[in-house]
Amino acid sequence: MTTTPKDLKKEIADICKACGNDRSRLMDIVRDVQEKFGCVSDEAINLIASEVSVHRVEVESVVSFYAFLSKDQKGNFVIRVCDDIIDRQAGSDSIISAFEKELGINCGETTADGKFTLEKTPCIGMCDQAPAIMINDEIVTNLTADKAGQIISTLKESGDPKKLVAEPGDGNNGNPLVNSMVMNNIHQKGEIVFSEYVSGAALKEALSSSPKEVIRNVKAASLRGRGGAGFPTGMKWDFTRAAEGDKKAIICNADEGEPGTFKDRAILTECPDMVFEGMTIAGYAIGADTGILYLRGEYAYLRKFLEEKLAKRRENGLLGKNISPKKRLGGLLKSKSAFDFDIRIQMGAGAYVCGEETALISSCEGSRGDPKTRPPFPAQKGYLGLPTCVNNVETLACVVKIIEKGAAWFAARGSAGSKGTKVLSISGDCEKPGVYELPFGTTVSEVLEKTGAKDTAAVQMGGPSGTLVAANDFGRKICYDDLATGGSIMVFSRDRNLLEVVDYFMEFFIEESCGYCTPCRVGNVLLKDTLEKIINGKGLTTDISNLESLGKTVKLASRCGLGQTSANPILTSLQNFRTLYENLVKTDETGMNPSFDISKALKDSEKIAERKSVVYTTE
Amino acid sequence: MGKPKVATASLAGCFGCHMSLLDIDDKILKLVELVEFNKSPVDDIKKFTERCAVGLIEGGCANEENAHNLQDFRRNCDILISVGDCAIMGGIPAMRNGIPLQECLQKAYLEGPTIYNPTGKAPNGPDIPLLLDKVYPCSEIVKMDYHLPGCPPPAETLWQALVALLTDKPLDLPYELIKYD
Repeated sequence: MTTTPKDLKKEIADICKACGNDRSRLMDIVRDVQEKFGCVSDEAINLIASEVSVHRVEVESVVSFYAFLSKDQKGNFVIRVCDDIIDRQAGSDSIISAFEKELGINCGETTADGKFTLEKTPCIGMCDQAPAIMINDEIVTNLTADKAGQIISTLKESGDPKKLVAEPGDGNNGNPLVNSMVMNNIHQKGEIVFSEYVSGAALKEALSSSPKEVIRNVKAASLRGRGGAGFPTGMKWDFTRAAEGDKKAIICNADEGEPGTFKDRAILTECPDMVFEGMTIAGYAIGADTGILYLRGEYAYLRKFLEEKLAKRRENGLLGKNISPKKRLGGLLKSKSAFDFDIRIQMGAGAYVCGEETALISSCEGSRGDPKTRPPFPAQKGYLGLPTCVNNVETLACVVKIIEKGAAWFAARGSAGSKGTKVLSISGDCEKPGVYELPFGTTVSEVLEKTGAKDTAAVQMGGPSGTLVAANDFGRKICYDDLATGGSIMVFSRDRNLLEVVDYFMEFFIEESCGYCTPCRVGNVLLKDTLEKIINGKGLTTDISNLESLGKTVKLASRCGLGQTSANPILTSLQNFRTLYENLVKTDETGMNPSFDISKALKDSEKIAERKSVVYTTE
Repeated sequence: MGKPKVATASLAGCFGCHMSLLDIDDKILKLVELVEFNKSPVDDIKKFTERCAVGLIEGGCANEENAHNLQDFRRNCDILISVGDCAIMGGIPAMRNGIPLQECLQKAYLEGPTIYNPTGKAPNGPDIPLLLDKVYPCSEIVKMDYHLPGCPPPAETLWQALVALLTDKPLDLPYELIKYD
């Protein structure tokens, strides 16, 4: 693709204009530029900056922050191999080698003809069909190394990643607008999320009562946030409603980046209408007219399908100006005061930290995905300064059922402190990895039995930021008061090296830390170094206590949820699998640190000076 | 039982921490009553002549001599204290850690704007200690028992710490002595 400077100027002016030359739409602008030109070059950054009237550094900081954006020219096809721990255990390394061999480049490079770029990327939400890769926006699942050659030749011949879809997946994955080989793998449907639902019915019900009544209902149902933290949804709505301001916003967090989580993928594929309806009800309840679905970049393959669902809802009078479902659905609804509400989709671009609500808001505003300092909380001052409520995809789906079936019906399900069901995404060493909607209070061993997991040594509950659970705790319950999870459950059998898993998780957090605060940016690196010292047999008994105290510091002193949970892999494995560490460390009597390697430390110097050390005998 | 023995060393430091120790002014007379110095730049004793109770280490380890010296201290002292930021985390000298060694030497001895070096080579010879690949904090090479932060730690901090240690009393540093902004 050759672009003259004049073309570039015009194309970029057009892209910016399509987004209203609006600084807050910078994410969309740079994503479009990246898609069109394969990079956001220095020149493009300058042009964008002048079109939307910001300093170039503001544009550059966005480009450098997100994994899917780059200043360097990428190939026409960017192959991103999912480098999650589950994918690694399923053989992603051999996939990378196969592509490296096929393309004649190393991972991280682009072929000389500018056609292919090969990269690794953290969890893309396909752990139930690992190993998986992304080719541009297209997902290819259940890969084996021997398929690499065929994939490359198909791409070379057809120039279209869609041609790789021999047979589309089940359910809406087969919808022409999705047409993806992704499988839903919904092995158990429940009464709440994956259940029968009539579009518009709950909204009609909600609009027939006052916003305060809607919130009272959600409170009475004891609905708590499904993202993992479990904050009472009704209370969050109340705060946002009570906050000062005529305009408010509701954001649906569909940035499920927690490795091992893919339940929102299934919900957005099969029940998007329900989620949008939940957002609309939330908008009505808190008095918002703006809705944003923040969709993670990895799920771009669902975008057109979701856009169409939104268009349909607008057509049916379920979104837009003066929403009144009675127009199409009939009924005795009395005309209330006008309720205007619309939803737009904000695409992410590959950043785990954007799942954190304040970082997500930064991203929606067209900035780096940096978390913000609280207070003010989003409910007071969030998206573009408006009081903002951020809810999880599943939470909003639950709202619809609460309105439809009533708070009492909902509250009758689940366990004492955790009402309703939880959609779980289960992956790893089990026969039937996939999505399960189970009532809260289900025990870990019941889950393992359902998924056909055998010889299980450990379960990572709630993703890397959660808890590594040992076999003697498999009787514990999945609920907010015991084992909380945003949905991710990874199963590890006795053959797995758990410390390697922990080490991978630390690598993940180091990569995904936004770098703003020192405890997280530096602390996680020190934690990983110490852990690797222990894994390599160079650790001392004191290193275990060092890990514990440093882990607590990182937890306590970090600015946002990422750093506050990033030490959990180490802290919870120390708690539940302490002997793994103790078997590797030595007790020290000499006071010499076994991890210091003088031969290695002097290697460069001896080479440069062309002589051996006279102080030490080195190798 | 004689007076407790104290040894000190400045590794990859600037001697600032040692100067801070001398800053205890007239308390230095009390110090001499309290302890006896062994290997230290203070009395210029080059080799340990007996086992010491306390070793005070200034600076991190930039070269093989630093590392060797520190290991020697560990073998000969009951308690080792990192004195100052360089000993604790490498400090200013550790700024070179992100730059390859060859590049550092090139810049320092050949390319710098004020350099006059007709040999065209970085200094080399058996009497010049080889540089380590990076500047190490002391605790990465041997076990350090205590750390006294500061650049340098104030004289009073050093004094209080030493007295507390030698009289076996808890160390109670007032806020002014451990605040650094």
